[in-house]
This record gives sequence, structure tokens and C-alpha cells, in this order.
Amino acid sequence: MELDPLVLARIQFGANITFHILFPTISIAMGWMLLFFKLRFNKTRDAAWMDAYGFWVKVFALTFALGVVSGITMSFQFGTNWPGYMQTVGNIAGPLLAYEVLTAFFLEATFLGIMLFGQKRVSNRVHTLATVLVAGGTTVSAFWIIVLNSWMQTPTGFEMINGQAHVTSWLEVIFNPSMPYRLTHMLLASGLTVSFLIAGLSAYRWLRGDRVPAVTKALKSSVFLAAFLIPVQIFVGDQHGLNTLHHQPEKIAAVEGVWQTEKGAPLTLFAIPNEETRTNDYAITVPKLASLVLTHSLDGELKGLNEFKDGHPPVAKVFWSFRVMVGMGMLMLATAWLAAWQLKKRGEPAAWMQRLLIAMTFSGWIATVAGWYVTEMGRQPWLVYGVLTTAEAASKVPAPMILTTLIMYLALYVVLLLSYVSVVFYLARKAGKTVAQPSANLKEVTA
Amino acid sequence: MTAAYWLPVIFAGLMALAILIYVILDGYDLGVGVLLPFAEEDDKDMMIASIGPFWDANETWLVLGVGLLLTAFPMAHGVILGALYLPVALMLLGLILRGVAFDFRVKAHADHKPWWNAAFAAGSLLASLSQGVMLGRYLTGFEPGAAAWGFSLLTGVGLTAAYALLGAGWLIMKTEGRLQARAIGWARHSVAGAALAVVAVSVITPLVSQRIAEKWFVLPDFLLLLPLPLISLALFVTLAMALPRLARRQAAGNDSFCWLPFACTVGIVVLAFWGLAYSVFPQLVIDQLDIWQAASSPEALKVILAGAAVVLPTILGYTVFAYRVFWGKAHALTYQ
Ligand code: HDD
Ligand code: HEM
Ligand code: HEM
Repeated sequence: MELDPLVLARIQFGANITFHILFPTISIAMGWMLLFFKLRFNKTRDAAWMDAYGFWVKVFALTFALGVVSGITMSFQFGTNWPGYMQTVGNIAGPLLAYEVLTAFFLEATFLGIMLFGQKRVSNRVHTLATVLVAGGTTVSAFWIIVLNSWMQTPTGFEMINGQAHVTSWLEVIFNPSMPYRLTHMLLASGLTVSFLIAGLSAYRWLRGDRVPAVTKALKSSVFLAAFLIPVQIFVGDQHGLNTLHHQPEKIAAVEGVWQTEKGAPLTLFAIPNEETRTNDYAITVPKLASLVLTHSLDGELKGLNEFKDGHPPVAKVFWSFRVMVGMGMLMLATAWLAAWQLKKRGEPAAWMQRLLIAMTFSGWIATVAGWYVTEMGRQPWLVYGVLTTAEAASKVPAPMILTTLIMYLALYVVLLLSYVSVVFYLARKAGKTVAQPSANLKEVTA
Repeated sequence: MTAAYWLPVIFAGLMALAILIYVILDGYDLGVGVLLPFAEEDDKDMMIASIGPFWDANETWLVLGVGLLLTAFPMAHGVILGALYLPVALMLLGLILRGVAFDFRVKAHADHKPWWNAAFAAGSLLASLSQGVMLGRYLTGFEPGAAAWGFSLLTGVGLTAAYALLGAGWLIMKTEGRLQARAIGWARHSVAGAALAVVAVSVITPLVSQRIAEKWFVLPDFLLLLPLPLISLALFVTLAMALPRLARRQAAGNDSFCWLPFACTVGIVVLAFWGLAYSVFPQLVIDQLDIWQAASSPEALKVILAGAAVVLPTILGYTVFAYRVFWGKAHALTYQ
């Protein structure tokens, strides 16, 4: 089989960004969660909050390190894999990326040192400030990169001159039509991922008999947060979909598996989309529901994939990624609400709930990655929607070279991912052995 | 003189500055990693503690350097990173390994610690060597052929020696006792290596690059450049003479001038960098592209410059603040 450098470059980029996004998704919301623990402690002086902080800051440090090193890889990927990208839209992508480095990366990286290791060296107030700056830095970083990504989905505020994009309005570039939805959806995804991570590990410690106040507090905070965030996320996701229907109708057609333009289109729950016959095999459908959800009318018209003669995204991948994300969302809803109800009523989770929460520890990762696959694969064959195709941007690096480095990255990522997950659980077991007595460092912390 | 002339010059300067700061800052922490296998088991934690609060911010200068290349010189970015595809991938592998080993070595099961220490050292070595090879490839204009690659391997070893020297200097400054004594020994070894490398690179560079030779050996440039090797020589001599003395004083419990080796090494790195940057300017890809051909449009550069003018001083300010918070001898790292 002939190796296609374009396919390899795409797989490589996809693998690297997938590995990268796992860690930002946790860093962003975990920074704010740590701030919450710390502020609760500052207010109540209850040592349990500081113990919770002390445990989760370790997970945070580990996550952050993985986010940083995989991010450094990402910043080289544009040049090594997509030289045509910067040559065409560099006037827009350049300043956005530069602002991310300048306003976010330095801030978070510098104050991380003080946040992690400086507690005894600076006043409590400066330490709290350092925590705010780190959490703020991650969020600002998410803002800039999502602005850029959203612009690639729904480009506005520019004109093409001699094959290069030139900005006509920075406001329109930054506040492009899909940015508010995507940013909100991503930040909520981060909050949910962290809630389920904290809930899962706390349930794990609980199950092992480690039920110190710090564990209970973390468990309750995270379950209640998840129960609050998940309905908001579902609502925002729905709005996001409507917005996408407006700007990228073929993406939604792929999401829903609609081949023919239809009035009163059914919602397909399960199917195997078949690009050869251009129909869905083994479809299970609910009549008219897709039209209802997307057009808010039973007989609304949905454009089918066959209308897009210039090409449309790979249907099965987008279709299934979307169902994985939404399925996870529904599972999260059920789990979070049941757990919250149990905690409210009985003050502790039932045995089966503890196991369910443990099983859901990394559910946020699955939903997040699936969501990004919908977004990114759903944009194909475009790299910048309507402006630049992925094939045009690809580099001329020979296929064997890409393959070699791809295998290297994949092997490394598997090892690191396994290490990360096992170390996180190991830290939870270890904490159970040492945290039995309340924080010994309390004096210094309060001083 | 128009904006289209000046903006690329300013951005070339900013990019060079970012890379120089990166080489110095990440140089010392990569150097500490390279030296790790030579340390006693009990000293390893302290070596890593001395760089723990800083390494992440240090690596951000690399992101800025690449980012400026990407954003200000998009035409050169693809050419350079395409040509350096393999060494870049190896460098990233090294940086990933060492970056995660920082955290895993203390958080993973204690039995696994030696493995993560090894990953930390190997990653640091790989990253240093790859960066040196990238420098060599860059200076030879990415020429194929054994001679050009041989030269690149030499720059690889040379840069690694320079990083080791920076790392040793950092440890002399930040530690005490047995570890400090050993660091002085490491510095004495790496001085020779670094000096050899600087001389070799300086002799060979004009031989492999016609263009650079033309720049070096004409008047008045020759006279203007002459101070560089002379001051470097003086710094090397200072180092070579100071290190044995420092060792004697240190044994007697006297810590004064512990900053001297680091300062001298930084001086040497700055001079070497300046020499190379001067030789290459205004080329961006030697014999292919100059900075004006490679630059993005003035309007985009202006937007970035406006931001950088405000933010860069702020970044320098809080970087200084962070170094002051951790001023003085390193302590064991704890999250409390
Ligand atoms: C929604 C959030 C998000 C997304 C989509 C991305 N990143 Fe990221 N990135 C972050 C959110 C983030 C962060 C939260 O700011 C990180 C992760 C953890 C961390 O330490 O900072 C980070 C770290 C990080 C770093 C290291 C920064 C440092 O030294 O501190 C680089 C160079 C990048 N990223 C580059 C990229 C590129 C080129 C991306 C796209 C192709 C990208 N990231 C996608
Ligand atoms: C953070 C979560 C993200 C994930 C999980 C993700 C995932 C992916 C995947 C799987 C592909 C391959 C699609 C295909 O080829 O079918 C892709 C492509 C791409 N994405 Fe993303 N992406 C993310 C964010 C971003 C961001 C923030 C940017 C830029 C600002 C970006 C830029 C690109 C580019 C340049 C491609 C290349 C086109 C291609 O490979 O087909 N992505 N992404
Ligand atoms: C259950 C209801 C949900 C709906 C209706 C929904 C809807 C959507 C839609 C339509 C997209 C694609 C937007 C586009 O490409 O233009 C998307 C993307 C995405 N989803 Fe969801 N989503 C839901 C739940 C979730 C959950 C639970 C998570 C994670 C915890 C999540 C994380 C993401 C992410 C990270 C993306 C990619 C970034 C973006 O385009 O916003 N989603 N979602």
C-alpha cells in the first residue's frame, strides 16, 4: 500500500492534539477548583479544605507538566505539518497565536512555580494571587486558541488578496459567529471533566475506607458542581448545534446522517452510514425529531449531504463521534443527579454509586475528545472553512519520515497516558495512608 | 525607511532575543539534567529542586521563539522546520520525556524513581544534542552530505557541553556542600569541552559557509568582530583559573564568588550567539531567504508589536519577581 503523506500528517496532527487536549481540559478548570478550595480555607479555617488543596495540587502539577510538554509539540506541528496554513492565513493566525504566548503562557508558567513551591516563601495573599494568575492564564490561553479555531470554522472579518488573508476587522475575527458557543462549550467541558475526575478519585478513596473530611468535601463539591454544569452544557450544546446548522450545514447533515434533503427529517439514534450506497444501514429512527430539534418545527427542512457537490466530511466518523459525546453527556446527567440526590438525602453515596463514579472518572476526556472530532472532522475537506483545504496546506515531508515520527509519538503517548492514569490512582491510595492526621503544616499556611 | 523595512528587522531582533534567553535559561536546566547521572543518588533531588520552580517558564521562551518565527516569518517557518523535521522531532521527544519525568519521579511508586531519573537525564541529553544539531544544520544552510552532517554532530556535542557548563555553574551558585563541590568538578570538565567546541565551530564555520567567511574576513567587519573572540578567550581563562580556587575556598567553607562561573558562562554564550547572529543577518534561511522576503505583512506585524511592547516588559518584570522569590540556595521542594 502506498503511504500518503497527507493522511499520515493528518493522523499525526490528530494524535498530537488529542493527546494535548486531555491535559488542558483538566488544567483549566482544576486551577479554579484549587482556588475554590483555598478560598474556602481562607474563610472557614477548616483544615480539611487545605488537605483537599494539598492532594489535588499534586494532580494539577502533574497534569500541567503533561499539558506544557505536549503543547510545545503542538507549536512545532503547524510548521512541520501544515506550512501552507501560515502562508495563507498567517496574518490572522499569527497575531492570535502570538497573543496567546504573550498574555497566557508566560503568565501561567511563571506563577506556577510560585503557586506550587512558593507557599512558604510568599505571603498567603500573594500565594492566592499566584493561584488566580495561573488559573486565569489557562483560561486566557483557552480563549485565544478557541478564537483561532472558531475562526477556522466560521471565518469572518478578512479579505483575500493574492491568495493571502488580510484582516479587515479584528473585532469580527475575534468575535466570529461560532466563538462564543465554542468557548462556552469548551470551558463547560473542562469543568465537567474536572468534576468527574475529582468525584471519581474521591469515591475511590471513599470506597477504600479513606473517608476523612477532605475526601467528603471534595466529593460533595465535585458532584454538586457536575450536577449543576451538565444541564447547562446540554443546553449550550444544543444552541451550538443550531449555530453550526446555520454556518456549516454539511457538518450537521453528517452529524444527523441525513443524505437527502427532507422536510420533517427523523432523528437517527443508531445507524451505520454507508458512503457507497449513500444511505444508512440498520437505522433506528424517531420520526420528525431531527427537524424538531434543529428547526424547532415538526416539518422543518434539513439539507441532505447529497446537496454538497464539492465534498462533505466523512459521515460515519462524525456521526459516531457525535453520538459518543452526547451519550456521555446523558450518562453524566444521570450519574451526577443521582449522586447529588443521594448525597443530599443520606450524606454519603451508596456502594454502587461509588463504583459508578469511579467508572466515570475519565468520562470527561471521552466526551471532550469525541466533541473535538465532530468539530474537526466535520470541517473536512476544509482546513479553514471555505478558504483553504487541508490538502493545500500539507507539507512535502516524505511519508516514511512522518511515519517514523508518528510511531515514536504514539508509543510515547501510550506509555505516558498509562503512567498518568496509574499514578493518579496511586496518589489517591497513598494519600489514604498519610492524611489520617490533619495537616501538619497548617500553622505555616495560615501565617 | 519604511515600516516594511523596519518591522522585519525588529522582529528578527525579538526572535533572536527570545532564542538567546531560551538558550541561557533552558540551557542551565537542560545542563542540570545532563549532569544528573554523575551525581550521588541523594543529591539528585536537590539538583532537580534547584530548577523545579523555573523550568516551565524557561521553556516558554522556546515557544515564543518558534511562535515569532511562525507568526513573523511564515515563509521561512515551513522551510526551516521542514528541513529540520527529524532533529525537531527528537528534540520534542527529549523535552517531553524530561518535562514529565520532573513530576513522575516524585509522584510515581518509589520503585520507579530510578527509571524516571533515567528518563529525565536521557531526555535532557537528547534535547541538548538535537538543538546543537539543529544549529549546525541551520548554519550549513541544510546542505546534504557527510561534511555538513559531521559539522552538525560537532555543534550538537558542543552545545551540550555548553549546557553542561551552564548547569554546573547554576548548581555551584544554588547549592552547598558535597553537591556544590561536585558541581565545581563538573564545571572543570565541561569548560574544556565547551572551549574546544567554540574554537572548532569558529574555525569550521567559515570553511563550510562561503557567505559567512566573506562576512568575517573583510575590513572593517573583521575589526568590529575581533573583540568577540578576545573577550570570550578572557572569559574562558577566567573560568579556568577561578574554578580550582573556588574548589579550595569551597572546601574551607567560603561561598563567595559562587556566582562567577555561571556569570562567565552566560557571557560566553551571549558572545557566541551574537557572533553567529551577526554572521547570518539579514539572511533567515542561508542562501535562500532574507528576513524581508520571509516576513508576513506589516499590518499583522504591527498588531503583534503593539502587544509585545506592552506585555514583554511585564513578562520580564514578573520573571524577575519569580527569581527573587526563590533567591538564594535551593531547598527541597514541597507543595507547602
Ligand atoms: C482549550 C484549550 C486549549 C487548546 C484547544 C489548545 N491548548 Fe495548548 N494549552 C492550553 C490550552 C489549550 C493550556 C490550558 O493553556 C495549557 C495546557 C496545560 C497547560 O499547562 O497550559 C496549554 C499548553 C500549551 C503550550 C505550553 C505553554 C507553556 O509553556 O506553558 C503550548 C506551546 C500550547 N499549549 C500550544 C497549543 C497549540 C499550538 C494548540 C492548537 C493546535 C493548542 N495548544 C491547543
Ligand atoms: C483541542 C482539541 C482539538 C482536537 C481534539 C482536534 C482534533 C483534530 C483532529 C482529529 C484532526 C484531524 C481531522 C481529520 O483529518 O479528519 C484535526 C485537524 C486539524 N486541526 Fe484540530 N483539534 C483540536 C483543536 C484544534 C485547534 C485549537 C486548532 C488550531 C487553532 C486545530 C487545528 C487543526 C488543523 C490545522 C488540522 C489539520 C487538518 C487535518 O488534520 O485534517 N485543531 N484536529
Ligand atoms: C449532551 C448534549 C451535547 C450536545 C447537544 C453537544 C453539541 C455539540 C456540537 C453540535 C458540537 C460541534 C460544534 C461544531 O463543530 O460546530 C460539539 C462539540 C464539542 N463538544 Fe459537545 N455537546 C453535548 C455534550 C458535550 C459534553 C458532555 C462534552 C464534554 C464534557 C462536550 C464537549 C464538546 C467539545 C470539547 C466539543 C468541541 C469544541 C466545540 O466545537 O465546541 N459536549 N458539541
